[in-house]
Amino acid sequence: MKLKEIARLLDAEVISDSADLDADIMLVYSSDLMSDVLFFAPPDCILITGLTHPHVIRTAEITRINAIVFVQNKKPDSETVELAKKKNIHLLVTPLSKFAACGRLYMNGIRDCSEK
Amino acid sequence: MAISQSIEGSFQLIGGNFDNAGEASIKLKQELARLGLNEEIIRRVAIVTFEAEINVIIYAAAGWLHYAITLEQIKIKVEDMGPGIENIELAMQEGYSTAPDWVRELGWGAGMGLPNMKKNSDEFKIDSVVGEGTTVEMVINIK
Repeated sequence: MKLKEIARLLDAEVISDSADLDADIMLVYSSDLMSDVLFFAPPDCILITGLTHPHVIRTAEITRINAIVFVQNKKPDSETVELAKKKNIHLLVTPLSKFAACGRLYMNGIRDCSEK
Repeated sequence: MAISQSIEGSFQLIGGNFDNAGEASIKLKQELARLGLNEEIIRRVAIVTFEAEINVIIYAAAGWLHYAITLEQIKIKVEDMGPGIENIELAMQEGYSTAPDWVRELGWGAGMGLPNMKKNSDEFKIDSVVGEGTTVEMVINIK
């Protein structure tokens, strides 16, 4: 599924200029615990999270996560956005809760690493 | 591959300083990418060093991350001046953590760090002396 399709499904705003909306996304992982992301997230997935701290970007860079969706309209601060731009990581903000965001993607055929 | 001999280096880590958390791991990751190593190997090294860096920042006053890259393997040694670990067996259990609340609020301290370092290493060794510090040695094979 294209990133722009995911943005549409989640009513999400794309907040990073560099976003390649035609990037293909097959897997999603969701957590607010960075330790869990480092342990469980597959490479080349998108991360759905409620945490907007710059650590999320660093964790994404380490684990090769291409895009991050922040839930419940949580907008990351400028430091987080700038870091993401530098690392070419796409940022999206959705008004949906984490549960609803995951649910919509699941209904549309996206799976997480445990079911791929 | 562009590696002709052992390449070694070190990074100093400062406890309590979350602002620069991950910097050493990202620099090492860039070095490995420059050497043209396989992406999956780079990812594993980046994960174990990042986890180790975070642990030093959470628990210790200071520490060092040493690395040595040869044709066959990448060796990582992280040593800290910290409180040490009382029960290593317990600390290796997934989900066990002694991290304070302020660390958990930043998304860390879920008790997955040491298990994740072991999971992503081909060889893993941990030594700790209470009141002195902890040393973690990890090897990731390139072939």
